[in-house]
Amino acid sequence: MLDKNGIAKRIAKEVRDGMFVNLGIGIPTLVSNYIPENYDIVLQSENGILGMGPFPFEGEENADIINAGKQTITLVKGASIFDSATSFGMIRAQRVDLTILGAMEVSENGDIANWKIPGKMVKGMGGAMDLVASAQNIIVAMQQVNKAGQSKLLSKCELPLTGVKCVKKIVTEFGVYDVLPQGGFKLLEIAPGVTIDDVKKATAGKLVIEGDVPVIAV
Amino acid sequence: MINRVVKNAEEALKDVKDGSTIMLGGFGLCGIPENSIAQLIKMGVKNLTCISNNAGVDDFGLGLLLQSRQIKKMIASYVGENDEFERQMLSGELEVELVPQGTLATRCMMAGYGIPFFPTPAGVGTEVAQGKEVKSITWRGQTKDYLIEKAFESDFAIVKAWKGDSAGNLVYRRTARNFNQPMAMAGKITIAEVEEIVELGELDPDHIHTPGIFVNRIFKGEKYEKRIEQITVRKK
Repeated sequence: MLDKNGIAKRIAKEVRDGMFVNLGIGIPTLVSNYIPENYDIVLQSENGILGMGPFPFEGEENADIINAGKQTITLVKGASIFDSATSFGMIRAQRVDLTILGAMEVSENGDIANWKIPGKMVKGMGGAMDLVASAQNIIVAMQQVNKAGQSKLLSKCELPLTGVKCVKKIVTEFGVYDVLPQGGFKLLEIAPGVTIDDVKKATAGKLVIEGDVPVIAV
Repeated sequence: MINRVVKNAEEALKDVKDGSTIMLGGFGLCGIPENSIAQLIKMGVKNLTCISNNAGVDDFGLGLLLQSRQIKKMIASYVGENDEFERQMLSGELEVELVPQGTLATRCMMAGYGIPFFPTPAGVGTEVAQGKEVKSITWRGQTKDYLIEKAFESDFAIVKAWKGDSAGNLVYRRTARNFNQPMAMAGKITIAEVEEIVELGELDPDHIHTPGIFVNRIFKGEKYEKRIEQITVRKK
């Protein structure tokens, strides 16, 4: 089974040289640790940055330089700063190549829910609805089962939706899945130490398995 | 040029009343109009509708106006990190409209551009679409559903900039620009607080983010705490 860093490491393999990438909060943020050093990747943060760098050295943090997770960060050489409307302009106009975000639930037709648990958690959607409605290439990083052991890959989302038919690829502790255009989670790769039977138990929605499924190399 | 400088926050916010709708710039605690928020608390104006990306934290930013029960309705995209907000929302004391962040920014921008409606794909098929017109539009070869969203109508926009001059021209610093720039164009009355007021001519005309025509009043903030929400660092 993959841990959080394993999921991030596997997702990093989806990143191509030259991409503009938006990373959500949580596991997606970890992806930046595993992008090959020789790659020229520009990280977008929706509060208004292209060219987000690593955390500042101790004592060098600046209240005016934060990312969308409100963490102090640095800017790389060649970075640019812009306002929030411009930021979502480049997202809506599909200039950002890859969006990686977390989810509470994903359905077999690619619907995603990640912003609200009615009566319990009210945090808001932030930029997630704009990102999933416009991005061409969305990868979801998530835990496939909750603490009670229930699957979060469903035939239909139970929580309020963030977007419809938008998720194309999912990486979880159990494996890598494509969301098929006709509906269904197609298992592309399986995590080390996980059996097909484990995957079946952890998938409540339609699962598609064809031939031998390779083990994730991380 | 008309001198738009006023003495302090008290003079700048003198006509904010009970029931006013106010936009407030900032992202998290970054680039928030700290001095104006302190003044609103001092004034005790009530039943405010506040439009801001976030609602501050419990003891700073807009969280302070929640503690003092001055906000009737909050329009925001993300309100985590604020227990008092959550409590007031779940108990029904506070009216809340959650808006996707890009839609929120564009509703400000369009108000500044004088365009009352615009289509956006964000929120199609979700709760956000309830009660809104949905339009199928073909553009750049893609046919998609779009929600028709409305530009904000706001009595005041209160923004925070780094530097400004007496003509009201503004320059923001780093990611403290965020919602301040679109909001500055969007208020019926726009009030800017700045860290520094510089001489006319000192700001390069090519480098001005908000032209002074949009800014009705500008003042130098008395002090800036500039609190950081999450200090994240690496070792040297």
